[in-house]
Amino acid sequence: MGQKLTNVGIQQALQGMTGELSALMKEKNIQDPLMVGIHTGGLWIAEHLHKSLALEKPLGEIDISFYRDDFTRIGLNPQVKPSQLPHSVEDQHIILVDDVLYTGRTIRAALNELFDYGRPQSVTLVVLVDRGARELPVHADVVGLELDLSPRNQVKLTGPTPLALETNRN
Amino acid sequence: MSSSDQTASTSFNAPDCSQIQLNEHGRLHHFLTPQNLSKDILTEIMDVAESFSSVANQAVKKVPVLRGKTIVNLFFENSTRTRTTFELAAKRLSADVININVATSAASKGESVLDTIRTLEAMQVDMFVVRHADSGTAHFIARNVAPHVSVINAGDGSHAHPTQAMLDMFTIRRVKKDFSKLKVAIIGDILHSRVARSEIHALNILGAKEVRVIAPNTLLPIDAKALGVTVFNDLESGLDDVDVVIMLRLQRERMHGALLPSENEYFDRFGLTEEKLAYTKSDVTVMHPGPINRGVEMAASVADGPNSVVLQQVTNGIAVRMAVMTLILGQNRQVVGAE
Repeated sequence: MGQKLTNVGIQQALQGMTGELSALMKEKNIQDPLMVGIHTGGLWIAEHLHKSLALEKPLGEIDISFYRDDFTRIGLNPQVKPSQLPHSVEDQHIILVDDVLYTGRTIRAALNELFDYGRPQSVTLVVLVDRGARELPVHADVVGLELDLSPRNQVKLTGPTPLALETNRN
Repeated sequence: MSSSDQTASTSFNAPDCSQIQLNEHGRLHHFLTPQNLSKDILTEIMDVAESFSSVANQAVKKVPVLRGKTIVNLFFENSTRTRTTFELAAKRLSADVININVATSAASKGESVLDTIRTLEAMQVDMFVVRHADSGTAHFIARNVAPHVSVINAGDGSHAHPTQAMLDMFTIRRVKKDFSKLKVAIIGDILHSRVARSEIHALNILGAKEVRVIAPNTLLPIDAKALGVTVFNDLESGLDDVDVVIMLRLQRERMHGALLPSENEYFDRFGLTEEKLAYTKSDVTVMHPGPINRGVEMAASVADGPNSVVLQQVTNGIAVRMAVMTLILGQNRQVVGAE
């Protein structure tokens, strides 16, 4: 039997993330950052945060399919979308948003892609869920929920409305 | 240019590429002609090309997706434009590219082509991009390469030029969105044009409302109607109410005998001028695969005019070729647990 975290729980997490991110931006003196969501789930989360923080620069979106490290094993993701960065990343403070942080490989790919667009001043990582079990030295600056899952379990964000987290954890 | 295809254009029967192009999972393995491919596959090529179009906006115009792959541009016929865009596409995918131009002699071609292929295969090549003056060469090579090696046809005689057709479809889709409402006219040397054949196939597969060809009878294949087109011999009636005009280059190097009275007379009757353009829809899109013979196929004012997308075609050609290469080399992979 799966466990479902509904819209309500996610809204709470998003509220907490907004507050935490806002405080972090103040502490690091980050003004007018460029927020970038990772397709597809990360973009949904980024849309909420972008709105609640009332950021000025338009939201960017990246699809990391062409930067994955498992292309030779699993081939091209057929649902690949264009990356769209409405603003140069050069010398900007980037807030990178994803839905689930797991092995860290997606974030590695996203950083590589971002740096092909230019040299950011800083990158802050925000995720809705951290499920542990990292395989690369990556950590998130702001985390909505921490889930302790075994490798057999999956967690998936469905959306965009309503947002729901589905796991097959018992 | 080429001297080896004296008669290929008029007597050529297209080989059936439909089986060999797909792997056992129904995915693209070689790209030889759009003929007999599904609408889904052609649409997927355009969708993936859309994603690659953003790579040109990067400071580093490169993605690592085909790192470690080796692609050989094997050109038996001169072409700067097509070879350059294939080369650039492969490089933007981080593949290693080798360009080989082979001067061909018609008499020994069968054996020498295979020898060339075997030699390159022994160097662990993953893909051949082949252009040849003889129809069917890419198909012949595809049938003879090792199973893990793929072939893209970059133009074979008068048969097919699938990536040119797909970049034109991609360009049309970006401007017009929906193929089902479109009347498209292809004008000029249909007889010798591999571009025209591939475009007619692609437009019909994608469900264009009407595909027209406009040409003098001497530049039309005998069975033109069998391609699924409406045939016109004059611009005025052929251009009436069309949404897209695709001009073809007069392939003087392929013409043998008196197919045309003179270039001036051709321009008078079939050259696209602003005056003639008035017969089309006002938001008509004008295309040309290049290189343009200005003042022969079209007036300079039309080629450089507001309806022309000639330069977008060139830009889109890179993204479309990146898409085809990635889709092909991204197949056949064993599925293991992704993150």
